Amino acid sequence: MRNRSLLVLTAIAATGTLTLTACGSRASNSGSSGGSGSTTVTIGVDAPLTGSLSALGIGIQNSVDLAVKTANKTNEVPGVTFKIEAMDDKAAPQQGSLNATQLVGDSSVLGVVGPLNSGVALTMQKTFNNANLVEVSPANTNPALTQGPNWQTGTKARPFASYFRTATTDAIQGPFAAQFAYSTLGKKKVFLVDNKDAYGVGLVGTFKDEFTKLGGSVAGQDHVTSGASDFSSTVNAIKSSGADFVYFGGEYPDAAPLTKQLKAGGDNIPMIGGDGNYDPTYVKLAGTAANGDYATSVGAPVESLPSAQTFVANYKAGGYSQAYGAYGGYSYDSAWAIIEAVKAVVSANSGKLPSNPRAAVEKAMGSVSFSGVTGTVAFDQYGDATNKQLTVYGVKNGLWATIKTGTFSG
Amino acid sequence: MHELPQNLVNGLLLGATYGLIAVGYTIVYGIVQLINFAHGEIFMTGAFGALSVYLGLGSGTSMWITIPLMILGAIVTSTVIAVLTERLAYRPLRNAPRLAPLITAIGVSITLQQLVWGFYPSAKSPRVFPSLPGGPYHIGSILIQSSDIFVLVAAVLSTLFLAYFVRSTRTGRAMQATAQDPDTAKLMGINTDRVIVIAFALGAAFAGIAGVAWGLRYGEIKFDMGFLTGLYAFTAAVLGGIGNIYGAMLGGLVLGLVQNLTAIYIADIPGMSQFSSQSWSSVWAFVILILVLMVRPQGLLGERVADRA
Repeated sequence: MRNRSLLVLTAIAATGTLTLTACGSRASNSGSSGGSGSTTVTIGVDAPLTGSLSALGIGIQNSVDLAVKTANKTNEVPGVTFKIEAMDDKAAPQQGSLNATQLVGDSSVLGVVGPLNSGVALTMQKTFNNANLVEVSPANTNPALTQGPNWQTGTKARPFASYFRTATTDAIQGPFAAQFAYSTLGKKKVFLVDNKDAYGVGLVGTFKDEFTKLGGSVAGQDHVTSGASDFSSTVNAIKSSGADFVYFGGEYPDAAPLTKQLKAGGDNIPMIGGDGNYDPTYVKLAGTAANGDYATSVGAPVESLPSAQTFVANYKAGGYSQAYGAYGGYSYDSAWAIIEAVKAVVSANSGKLPSNPRAAVEKAMGSVSFSGVTGTVAFDQYGDATNKQLTVYGVKNGLWATIKTGTFSG
Repeated sequence: MHELPQNLVNGLLLGATYGLIAVGYTIVYGIVQLINFAHGEIFMTGAFGALSVYLGLGSGTSMWITIPLMILGAIVTSTVIAVLTERLAYRPLRNAPRLAPLITAIGVSITLQQLVWGFYPSAKSPRVFPSLPGGPYHIGSILIQSSDIFVLVAAVLSTLFLAYFVRSTRTGRAMQATAQDPDTAKLMGINTDRVIVIAFALGAAFAGIAGVAWGLRYGEIKFDMGFLTGLYAFTAAVLGGIGNIYGAMLGGLVLGLVQNLTAIYIADIPGMSQFSSQSWSSVWAFVILILVLMVRPQGLLGERVADRA
């Protein structure tokens, strides 16, 4: 008896949930076709809002939220009200793919900002592209996303016309770090570590190519599991390899314990990482072990740009409880690029959205150009940002400090 | 040769932590035949309990006072949560088909994780855990941190205590009786509900200690640290023979050693270098598990196949 009543309860609960979900999506569809007064355009956000990368993800969400509020306040596009729809991808490719389908299903969504992880982006691109829905990532750095899987052999082909990004690619970031390590720091023997995802493996690959081309040697390589805590075997491999620095492809939740255990293990060599390492949490977690480590990150430091002062001030005034993080400025610019595209589409169609707004927005994205938080925002023929600046940061006395800003050229 | 002694020590220390957690899986399984998948989260809450005590005490307190209080805080937190989950989630399903409590355990696991994520201050990113002063110590070519000594002492003392408790106390013997045959044990006047609660509490106390050891060793704790670690500890319990408390410890040590040694030495076998990395070490751990179970299905120290399957 008890079992049966439980079953019935479960069935009722399940039906209820399904009905509710269905209602939800129907309700959100009505947005764009609403009254003649004001049209609502939704900007989707996909980022890890829970899990160990949520600090970065929430920064992205808040920055897009700020862009949307600003556009509504200044009435940027007359007759159009923007709203934000944030989805949590938990940094998991499967979840990203589900979110993409859901965002495509909501016809008021005309553009999506995100995701954070290149690995997640790989599963979302096709879904968005089939629906002509524009996706602008503030953080993806894997080159294959815009230049196709054979970009390294020189045959660049843009796989998806709806995908854009405001971040620089690892095709530039890896070699940039290699030049810095070899020429500026004078390091000759590297130990490579990656976390096996699209971002980490790609970054380590481009780093290695440039580093060996410059004359450096690879003392060893290891692949770690994301989320693991014990890196003692990796630490021992690094120690016995005799490397004079470690290059890490991955994110700070794994990088910080690794550098900490490395230095506790008695091997006091610097760790250099990509934009995934560049986060205050890295220093917080690794403590004094982080001193002397480096990370490269996309663009020039937001705080130093005169164009970013308004953003930083508005973000502070917005009362967000979490920091905008490493990608805040890029997220704001990503959202603003979509807003600019919508504006172009609306003004070309005598103040109204055309019947197929998504395709029109996609087409308008290519010619978007404005002065944003991170400098001039525009996209090249692959959908990559034309702004290709990178910055090296180093940890000094427990804080990230800017070492130098530049770009990689051949 | 890649510092073999250091790798052995690292493997044993990791294994000892697995063993402490595995004890919880094995005690509960031995008595109620439930694989308590929420046990990894009990371990995690213990670590957060210890952190709360540390933060509450402030930094001025002496280590000799702080550490025992942190252990106490961890044990209290994890025990209370384990007993509550037993009372609220598992006991209502005591007579339900075996699958129901199993799925419930997975639900409890996710719930606990999300509760810590949502309500513990700043637990959305990893929290810094205090570390022990002193060290590192050099013994020959081996480097030992002071937290490693803590793990070692904790594992040995806990195992000795458990052996004494199960063999020589009245409650311990009642636990043995319930494990062998709960119905007869009940007829002999043993309060089996109480024994089950004690089993959960005992396992949780060990997980709490493991939580402190983990935090001290790695210097950070996170809300999802119980998942992967719990999975390995469960593997250790199966490897050692689930239901056998010494088996859990032994399984933990073997698993820790296998993970640490395969990550380094597989590369020395010609043509195998791509199968050797920190991430491949879990694959090798499971390969060893399968090989052991093929020869000894009951695990390394497992008893005969249980009469109640």
